[in-house]
Amino acid sequence: MKGNEAIAEAAIRAGADAYFGYPITPQSEILEYLMAANPHERTGMVVLQAESEVAAINMVYGGAGCGKKVMTSSSSPGISLKQEGISYIAGAQLPCLIVNVVRGGPGLGTIQPAQSDYFQAVKGGGHGDYHLIVLAPASVQEMADFVELAFDLAFKYRNPAMILSDGAIGQMMEKVYLKPQKQRSTEVPAWATTGKTKERERNIITSLDLDPYAQEQHLLRLQEKYREIERNEVRFEEIMVDDAEFLLVAYGTSARVCQKTLQLARAEGIKAGLLRPITLYPFPYERIRSLASHMKIIVSVEMSMGQMVEDVKLAVNGQVPVYHFGRMGGVITEPEEVLEYLKTKI
Amino acid sequence: MKTAEGLKDIIKPENLVYRKSSLITDKPFSYCPGCGHGTTHRIIAEVIEEENLAENTIGVCPVGCSVLMYDFLDLDIQQAAHGRAPAVATAIKRLMPEKFVFTYQGDGDLAAIGTSETIHACNRGENILIVFINNGIYGMTGGQMAPTTLEGMKSSTSPYGRDVKMMGNPLKMTELVAMLPGTCYVTRQSVHTPAAVRKAKKAIKKAVGYQKKGMGTCFIEIVSNCPSGWKMTPVESNKWMEENMFAYYKPGDLKVPAESDADAENKNEQ
Ligand SMILES: Cc1ncc(C[n+]2csc(CCOP(=O)(O)OP(=O)(O)O)c2C)c(N)n1
Repeated sequence: MKGNEAIAEAAIRAGADAYFGYPITPQSEILEYLMAANPHERTGMVVLQAESEVAAINMVYGGAGCGKKVMTSSSSPGISLKQEGISYIAGAQLPCLIVNVVRGGPGLGTIQPAQSDYFQAVKGGGHGDYHLIVLAPASVQEMADFVELAFDLAFKYRNPAMILSDGAIGQMMEKVYLKPQKQRSTEVPAWATTGKTKERERNIITSLDLDPYAQEQHLLRLQEKYREIERNEVRFEEIMVDDAEFLLVAYGTSARVCQKTLQLARAEGIKAGLLRPITLYPFPYERIRSLASHMKIIVSVEMSMGQMVEDVKLAVNGQVPVYHFGRMGGVITEPEEVLEYLKTKI
Repeated sequence: MKTAEGLKDIIKPENLVYRKSSLITDKPFSYCPGCGHGTTHRIIAEVIEEENLAENTIGVCPVGCSVLMYDFLDLDIQQAAHGRAPAVATAIKRLMPEKFVFTYQGDGDLAAIGTSETIHACNRGENILIVFINNGIYGMTGGQMAPTTLEGMKSSTSPYGRDVKMMGNPLKMTELVAMLPGTCYVTRQSVHTPAAVRKAKKAIKKAVGYQKKGMGTCFIEIVSNCPSGWKMTPVESNKWMEENMFAYYKPGDLKVPAESDADAENKNEQ
């Protein structure tokens, strides 16, 4: 099935309570699939086509505030529209899943795949000091698997999680193993607004604290949570790094491209390896730092003008040269191009 | 004058004619003296208490003067982004259809930045109550022009009075949503006299009943004053409201459920 369809089916099977979205290419199949699959009859899951991305993300806020497993999906321009809501969700510490099937930009850009929303996804995106948990699938299988993972992490940390995919993986068809249907949870988190009973204080979902000292304390608590996420949740995959002299760092579609580059390079006797971050936040700084000492150079391969490369440089901290290579605007990088670029730097 | 001792004789349960709703917290209201927000909070709390709905109520407060509504009402409440309360409430009600869900929004919130969410929630006929405080001005941010500001009315961003050629006409959201098939009850009320307060409270009570029966969106506009924003005393502001706001925003019901619906409800109740 398509990557987008895998997300939709996985959401139903993960026991999601609701999906709210607005059509945009290249991810409309998520909403279309959910509407056709009639999950309301299967599990009671609510699926609603909202009047805008702004409405959709605020529906997510409302549903998440009730302690429910809720999600939305969109592509770059729509994700930009959602940013105020995402910031509110982060500030109010609500768990939810946001899927971004990235297309090239800025502006209306193109409907073709890109990785140019990295900064927006991992550095905050909306206003204020906050982080999303960001997962980067590189296959249709991971599109499906990361739905449940994202929900689990979101609830574990009471933090919004994002699947940062792109149009290539969203549209790509691959074989996928789907997990069996899970029951929708009946557990109600203690903080959820479900009606104030006599047994507890009222629950309030808000990101507001007008007292600067109290707001600062709130932000410090958020920071503590982010440090905990950084300690516990870094995920990455390594391919042929043990004997590598040249390290490629790439996620999602670019990581798929780089796997082919590795084969081409090895055939020519060039010892290239790949580190594929699976979590973009938290980023595998430590691992890249320790790998850097064995490498001659490192290339960050991204379908953007070079965004993740800044984090790679932070990790490497000047130990070895770090470069960026990649096509943009919807152009998918060719494995041969990566190899050619690598050779110019060796 | 009674002494404190003497008062003790009078303060007895059997002499009680009024008490604060148990759903109003002890936190002092942040509203300016004479403002309609406080009274509207009170009647909402009273209806929810009288209907025994507290355990099943989720409120959604806006960005505006009433952003801190959750400090004053002892209910589960979500604070929504500016204008988005109807979207937030949509999800709450869809996920928990058995709960009573209401939004509480100012005119900047509901009729400017949140126009889309308001119209679409009403058009979908979401089973929620929208309480709309129309004070013709942006209170919280210091008295700027709202979409509802009357022609010629001065505000900090229309210092020479609203020029409708340049700034557009005051927007009648209530008339707009009354046209939508999704709304079942649309009414315009006020809370500036005891009689008006009683009527407004009755309207909220009706809306609770309609929501229980899943009849669609209930929309209650409360035409209100803003003594600080209008730069008037509370008494002056109420007089000005009666003379000017009511002329344009005519109090009364704009839409009530058809007789047959009401009959059907009564039968269901029996
Ligand atoms: C996105 C966004 N834009 C603007 C504001 C600033 N703002 C806060 S309250 C408000 C107007 C509120 O006026 P109204 O809705 O009429 O409510 P009132 O304060 O009069 O009760 C504005 C513009 C904001 N908080 N968020």
